[in-house]
Amino acid sequence: MLTTFIMAGIVLFSVINLAGLHTWIERKQSAVMQDRIGANRAHVVLPWKWAAPINWLLKPINALGLFHPVADAIKMFTKEDYIPPYGDKLLHTLAPFLSMTFALVGFAAIPFGDVLVIGGREITLQVASMNVAMLYIFAMASMGVYGVILAGFASNSNYAFLGGLRASSQMLAYEITLGTTLIGIVLVYGSLDLQEIVRGQGKLLFGWIPMWGILVQPLGFFLFLAAGIAETKRIPYDMPEGESEIIGYFTEYSGMKFGMFYFTDFVETILVACLATTLFFGGWQVPYLAANGFHFPWGAEVALPNLAVVILQIGAFTFKVLSFCWLFMTIRWTLPRFRYDQLMELGWKGIFPISLVNLVVTAMILLMLG
Amino acid sequence: MPELKKTRKESMLLNIGPTHPAMHGIVRIIAELDGEEVVDTDVEIGYLHRAFEKHAEQDGYLQVIPYTDRLNYVSPLINNTGYCLAVEKLFGLETTERAKYIRVIMNELSRVTDHLTCVGASAMELGAFTVFLYMIKAREMIYQLIEEVTGARLTISYTRIGGVKADLPPDFASKCREILGECRGVLKEVDQLVTRNRIFVDRLKDIGVISQADAVAYGITGPFLRSTGIDYDVRRAAPYLVYDHFDFEIPVGEHGDNFDRYLVRMDEMEQSMRIVEQALDKIPGGPVLLDTQGNEISAADMVDEAKMGRVTGLCGKSASTDPTLEGSGRGIYEKIESGNKEAMMPPKEMTYSSIEGLMNHFKTVMVGHGIRPPKGEVYFPVEGANGELGFYIVSDGTDRPYRVRVRPPCFVIMAALSKILKGDTLADIVPTFGSVNMIGGELDR
Repeated sequence: MLTTFIMAGIVLFSVINLAGLHTWIERKQSAVMQDRIGANRAHVVLPWKWAAPINWLLKPINALGLFHPVADAIKMFTKEDYIPPYGDKLLHTLAPFLSMTFALVGFAAIPFGDVLVIGGREITLQVASMNVAMLYIFAMASMGVYGVILAGFASNSNYAFLGGLRASSQMLAYEITLGTTLIGIVLVYGSLDLQEIVRGQGKLLFGWIPMWGILVQPLGFFLFLAAGIAETKRIPYDMPEGESEIIGYFTEYSGMKFGMFYFTDFVETILVACLATTLFFGGWQVPYLAANGFHFPWGAEVALPNLAVVILQIGAFTFKVLSFCWLFMTIRWTLPRFRYDQLMELGWKGIFPISLVNLVVTAMILLMLG
Repeated sequence: MPELKKTRKESMLLNIGPTHPAMHGIVRIIAELDGEEVVDTDVEIGYLHRAFEKHAEQDGYLQVIPYTDRLNYVSPLINNTGYCLAVEKLFGLETTERAKYIRVIMNELSRVTDHLTCVGASAMELGAFTVFLYMIKAREMIYQLIEEVTGARLTISYTRIGGVKADLPPDFASKCREILGECRGVLKEVDQLVTRNRIFVDRLKDIGVISQADAVAYGITGPFLRSTGIDYDVRRAAPYLVYDHFDFEIPVGEHGDNFDRYLVRMDEMEQSMRIVEQALDKIPGGPVLLDTQGNEISAADMVDEAKMGRVTGLCGKSASTDPTLEGSGRGIYEKIESGNKEAMMPPKEMTYSSIEGLMNHFKTVMVGHGIRPPKGEVYFPVEGANGELGFYIVSDGTDRPYRVRVRPPCFVIMAALSKILKGDTLADIVPTFGSVNMIGGELDR
């Protein structure tokens, strides 16, 4: 019980901090992509003479603009919290919390390492190990859209209303696609438990290729990527927001409530990155790393203690997740936005049928292989 | 386009603007929506009305030039040129060859900045923010070039009646070529990023369609008209300045949709750069302002002559220019009779340093002085970045125009906008409106 709480705390802490850092990553990466310097004006300088060495240490942080997330937080928390006079006060307040909560609880099912042994106790590095983890994540992600819809409807504004409307149909279209895309993975590894799926990806194909999801479900991966980015509501799928068209479902939000919607986007980005890593890129698997050390296919073996193995696994998982975050950020700053009906067309007439075909073909191959 | 559905009686009114991220400038579009589809729109303009035309009636001919900067604030040099050409036509003047070439170069550079802004802003509104910043980077380089020539980035007031304020800086040609090269690089980058991007093409193709007949009926000109396949360009149809000396093409589209307008603008930038390069090759030496006597006199003296109304003999006269800005390097009042002093604009340093200069300046800007063209009326069109930019000036022989009327190119397009938007979706309003390239200053004047 206690370990679960500790692990939940650790996961929550890292996710929220990474999401906070995402605001900085977004600013800096877009700046690098666009030949700019990026935000670097949030400076912390201590006024006292004795603080000179601290100031010296703060210098690079100031120059990189790393205090901007903090400045953002201060701004968000101190801004007026405005509720439109003819809106629904309760739902208006509830919406951002729903949005945020359901995005965060999804992380409970993500395994970020194998078994850690402390003093003879075996701890599985996953907040809640459940055998329906995948269904659970989809359920939570689907619930998350209620926040957006409520925000749109409770604001009593036409712009927010259109945003909520778009969000609900977009989520409907892409949740289903997301589900069918991943059934292929479930078939291949024979489990809905993410920890089991990751362990299954540690097997070797032909004795030397790690059997990662992307190798057995290449089409599924790209379909998942397309549908997964839609889940994050960011460009090119930012129809519910569409800042130059309808401003978005959070038109009538200000202060930290707006901040929570803003934050949810980043949390969802991280969640989709985690899912992509877990399902298609071997999760915490490091190639040829087993529970007691490296076993290379050419026969060499390196024995490692349990702690080193776990650290390597968590490191690999973090690295993969960050790579996906980088990829999503690059996509976000490269592509223009879809139009609403084109998005629906792509979802229902493009990705969804292909994912069904993918599913059928996978099932047939598995049947033939016995 | 999907057929307009009128099955549902309930529709939603969405008030887009006047403060809305996509309504650059200030304009209001009231859209009646059936779901996402636009049933009808009402375009409301006038939020940026500054009474330019009325202002022009209150001020002398030379004092209108700074106001023209504020018309199309993305390509102010074209406005300057258009106004000065109209006044020169009223006077029966023809400026010097070098001044003509300089005006052409500056006009074409302005056209590039205008198109860069328009295409970049449209792309940004479609979510491609990176494209916008790439284009603004290129625009910034051209702005720096313009700043070197005129001394200002936006409110430049570069042209004078009978020429331009100052000659090009010494190393202009090489710098200009270098910047055009960089600009081409940016355009290539943008082209690779979006022209064949499926999302971008889908967002623009077959959206905001206007037929040839409609475009002509509304009086639409510029890239908007050319996208329908009509190759009307004032530079070709009624060549002014020295446009007939250059080899350039007029890019036209086929379908009259947003994507064709994007392509036409991209091609036009290339053509404009070609014109600039040819002009840099061919530009002759000589003065950039006219003189009444046919003697070589300085640019500022020319202005003085014009201000005294002695303009009928200015035609085709050679004049020398001052490499510095107007009048800063010459003796004061050298060729002006004391009796006419009240009619000339003394150099700024004189105005600021001596009581006599200050008094003279004061008297020049007072009502009842200044330059006096003959009675009559003129219309002079130039090819602005958005289309035909015309100045219609009526003179009653006094020092102030009786009437100055501007034909702003985007005004007529805004009139047709409601028709173009009908039947598209809400999200299409943004790229269509972006392709109009509405400039508030020019539209509402």
